[in-house]
Amino acid sequence: MSIRGPAVAILRRPLVAAFIALVVLAAIVEAAVAGGLISPLVVPRPSAVVLAIGKLWTTEDLPLAFAETLAEAVAATALAAAVAIPAGYLMWRFAALGRAWRPWLGALFAAPTVLLYPLFLVFFGRSHVTIVVMGALTAAIPIALYTLDGLRAVRPALQNVGKSFNLRGGQMFWKIQFPAAAPTIFSGLRLGLIYGLVNVIGIEFLIVYGGLGRIVSEMYDNFEFPEMYAGIVFIVIVAFLLFWLLERGESAARSL
Amino acid sequence: MTAALQVALVRVVTVAVLLGAWQALALSGVVYQDVVPPLGPIVSAAIATVLDPGFYYDAAVTIGEILVGYVLATAAGLAVGVVLGLSPFLRGAFMPYVDALATTPKIIFLPIVMLGFGIGPSSKMALGAIAGFFPVVLSTAAGLVEVEAVLVRVGRSFHLTPWQMVAKVYLPAVRGPIVSGMRLGLGVVVIAVLLAEIKFSNAGLGFRAIDAYNHFRIAELYAVLAIIFLLAAAVNGAMSRLERSFEK
Repeated sequence: MSIRGPAVAILRRPLVAAFIALVVLAAIVEAAVAGGLISPLVVPRPSAVVLAIGKLWTTEDLPLAFAETLAEAVAATALAAAVAIPAGYLMWRFAALGRAWRPWLGALFAAPTVLLYPLFLVFFGRSHVTIVVMGALTAAIPIALYTLDGLRAVRPALQNVGKSFNLRGGQMFWKIQFPAAAPTIFSGLRLGLIYGLVNVIGIEFLIVYGGLGRIVSEMYDNFEFPEMYAGIVFIVIVAFLLFWLLERGESAARSL
Repeated sequence: MTAALQVALVRVVTVAVLLGAWQALALSGVVYQDVVPPLGPIVSAAIATVLDPGFYYDAAVTIGEILVGYVLATAAGLAVGVVLGLSPFLRGAFMPYVDALATTPKIIFLPIVMLGFGIGPSSKMALGAIAGFFPVVLSTAAGLVEVEAVLVRVGRSFHLTPWQMVAKVYLPAVRGPIVSGMRLGLGVVVIAVLLAEIKFSNAGLGFRAIDAYNHFRIAELYAVLAIIFLLAAAVNGAMSRLERSFEK
């Protein structure tokens, strides 16, 4: 009893259960493929996929591909910020612009903007520019919306302090309003980076150019299915880790 | 000037400036007219597209794929969302995977569904179902988690049966999150289906767009993309209206 008790308690911990569920699922798939229930041409053996990650690491230079994808996503976010933060400011400064454009931006966020990529292919061809511009297109929307909302939400008490010091418009903006809105703008940048990354990987896959997304498409075209699955698994892990790190980083920065 | 009039004016000017900039760019000679055609040829390509019976076949294929994918996504998303929302243990065990997959670009799963379902419409339905599943599951689970404990206790103190708990306590409280998850879900199903059509297919509106691109019928490409956008905007607008009517 004294031995079984703690063991069962550990099993009840969700993350342990999560890991066990994954291992069990992998074992079932492994057995189903080995037993011929599932064709290895549809789902390769999980063990083969794990080995294929190692192979991709060396033959396809997975770390370099990851760096390329990340660089594209960061460039996309920077490009988006350069346009979207001033746009958010304008929408705040001129209320009519905010009222006219904000609902459009919200609708655009749900719209299939990624479908516009053939249009940018026409302009820029299969290149990093197409990927970065497409990433920036999605990243810009949350950044503009959060900039606007952050500036709108600056507490009147802070602005009154500024007024009591007789701050002029520019001083008021840089000393009071912008710093007060900065945390919200950073949330927008974080979301922009995530949406940018998602779109960058998607476009890489679609136009077979760049980093991680390109690898998946190439492996599919070469019928190298374990490697293709390995690329997808790697993307899922990378996307999740980045998401988690940014969220952690932001809450850590806020608690400083 | 009233606020509403101001907003309308800003919008009209915005659209006029964008269209004017396009037209100026097309006529300036800075870029090839094959790449940036003037508005005239784009409008006539749009009219030709809408008059072509093949367009309605492609639209029917795409709409069918979206509907099947959406129904599957919603059914699976609601079922799994309820289970995860009601069980803290299963939520702890499986939410990390749901979160991880929800942040991944769904188009990357296209090769997998094509290995399973081939190049035809069923792979587009499957990808749509995968993509739409996540917003529904996340908002359903989150909605259930946030049902206020006090409401649940009130239900218990009235000795409600499990079925009454669902109908009187849980359902009214989670209706809002579920409907907004379903709206987001429809949006991503539309995107996933059209992207999959663009990548690998032989029918549908996405195929029509990429076929125009591959044969360098650029005016037609812009026309088809514009039509797709208008359709998507109409669907999203209808869903938003539905969402608001539920919130009342």
